[in-house]
Amino acid sequence: MTKAFVSGNEAFAQGIRLARPAVVSAYPITPQTVVVERLSEMVADGELDSNFIHVESEHSAMSCAIGASAAGVRVFTATSSQGLLYMAECLPYAAGGRFPIVMMNADRSVALPWNIYGDQSDSLSQISSGWIQFYAMNAQEALDMAIMSYRIAEDHRVSTPFMVNLDGFNLTHTYENVDVPDQEQVDSFLPPYSTTNKIDLEKPVNMGFTAGPAYNVLFKMSEHMGMLNARDVVPPVEDEFMRIFGRRYSGMVEGHLLEDAELVIVTLGCVSGLCMDVADRLREDGVKAGVLRIRYMRPFPDREVQSALLNAKAVCVLEKDVSFGNAGVVFSEIKSALYGSGCSCAICNRIAGLGGRDISFDDILAIFEELENRPTDVGFIGGSAS
Amino acid sequence: MTEKRIEIVWHGRGGQGAFTAARIVGAAYALGKEGRYAMSFPSFGPERRGAPVRAFTKLSTAPINDRSQVSHPDFSVYLDEGLFPRRSPASGIALVNSKEDFGLDGVVSFDASRLAQSMLGVPITNTVMAGVLGSFVEGLDPQALSVGVDACMPPRLRQKNLAVMEKAYSEMAVGQ
Repeated sequence: MTKAFVSGNEAFAQGIRLARPAVVSAYPITPQTVVVERLSEMVADGELDSNFIHVESEHSAMSCAIGASAAGVRVFTATSSQGLLYMAECLPYAAGGRFPIVMMNADRSVALPWNIYGDQSDSLSQISSGWIQFYAMNAQEALDMAIMSYRIAEDHRVSTPFMVNLDGFNLTHTYENVDVPDQEQVDSFLPPYSTTNKIDLEKPVNMGFTAGPAYNVLFKMSEHMGMLNARDVVPPVEDEFMRIFGRRYSGMVEGHLLEDAELVIVTLGCVSGLCMDVADRLREDGVKAGVLRIRYMRPFPDREVQSALLNAKAVCVLEKDVSFGNAGVVFSEIKSALYGSGCSCAICNRIAGLGGRDISFDDILAIFEELENRPTDVGFIGGSAS
Repeated sequence: MTEKRIEIVWHGRGGQGAFTAARIVGAAYALGKEGRYAMSFPSFGPERRGAPVRAFTKLSTAPINDRSQVSHPDFSVYLDEGLFPRRSPASGIALVNSKEDFGLDGVVSFDASRLAQSMLGVPITNTVMAGVLGSFVEGLDPQALSVGVDACMPPRLRQKNLAVMEKAYSEMAVGQ
């Protein structure tokens, strides 16, 4: 283990180096660029034995990743924002083909207006693409997920591509303490990828085929079940990660002070840490504040959400996206999960951090204060121009 | 043990190395000793040479979760005198690269341009001002700063920048 002071992008590149992908295909886009630059340097310097493929677009990056995965090797790619949308056509191809590609997405605003800063509009718009979606809280978790994601995605019960989301700039470009594991540790945790779902001259199989009305549903059901199976695979993988690396993760969600919490912020990504700090502060004043961090948006942790919020009195879903004409994507999913669960909480939606707008300690404090009044509306933080 | 946190805002112009200084100080604190944590980040966005930029460093004895910009800094470091608003800071201490003594409460001047020009041959003052800051903060002594320089600067720049940092640190330490 080596102590380092690196950015989220750099930490993720270290994790990918340790996971030994045979192919890296990517196209640069802010704020993802650094992870790809670091990997290309590692390949050039001989630190990573991988085929780094410069492609001409994100659509090609994902097509190339699918082709490489179909050849039976471990693959990595990364993108952000418009790049993710440009490869959107290929995302369900990767998922439907059951190719366990790992992709880092640097969460960023979507145009127009043009904006290179962070929010979660890009990835949350692709929630139904068939990809596992994970949202990291800090650089250490990002690095650890670069490694753990392959174990989960490549598990034969899952065989599903895995998107690890890092908040653009707030996580990708922020330097912080990170422990970088040793290669031997990672090798003992993550075996080489092996699959029968590949182009094989000895055992030829039909791949990428058509399925008409009679059989289509069977493939889609199988894809759905594979994704759901990840919920059973995550806990033992995290247990083994703990044994080897000494860091404990909490499964599909992370609860903070939820045992007796009455006022709860449900959120995802790196703003979760700030919410936990604010809850800690409020506890000093006797306010029963808590935080539920959604780690996985897909598969969706409905059971965990139901049990975590059962005794809450007021809940705010805080997220950096909006599904125009409705509400935040996460808010809709949380509300849906709570229907019929016995939870009688009031629930509101606060959309914050759009286009990189800073979310401050006082912003979070104000949300908790507001929860005392049990609001149920959808509101924007920063919505009144000042 | 109660958490001790120090927050720093760096003011510079694109090309003056404000973010490099923010990273050096963060790395120095985080890697210099066990149980120390830091976070360093720029004011995000496109980089333009000469435009005013800010960078942030947070230092703590506990893990840091708050990634928001620093609004009440313990230290405001001005690499470029032209960016200093010539008034006492609303919070903390301002460390200003200037040969002028402003006579303001909470403002400390240090002629970093002169020192950088004489020792580095260029008026790039980020490492000088990091050394000045180091004299005010426990955990940022020259030994720790050298760890930060090793982590954040290419080998050809390390020795002379460390020398200028140590010089600034010791000149400030004498004055305190």
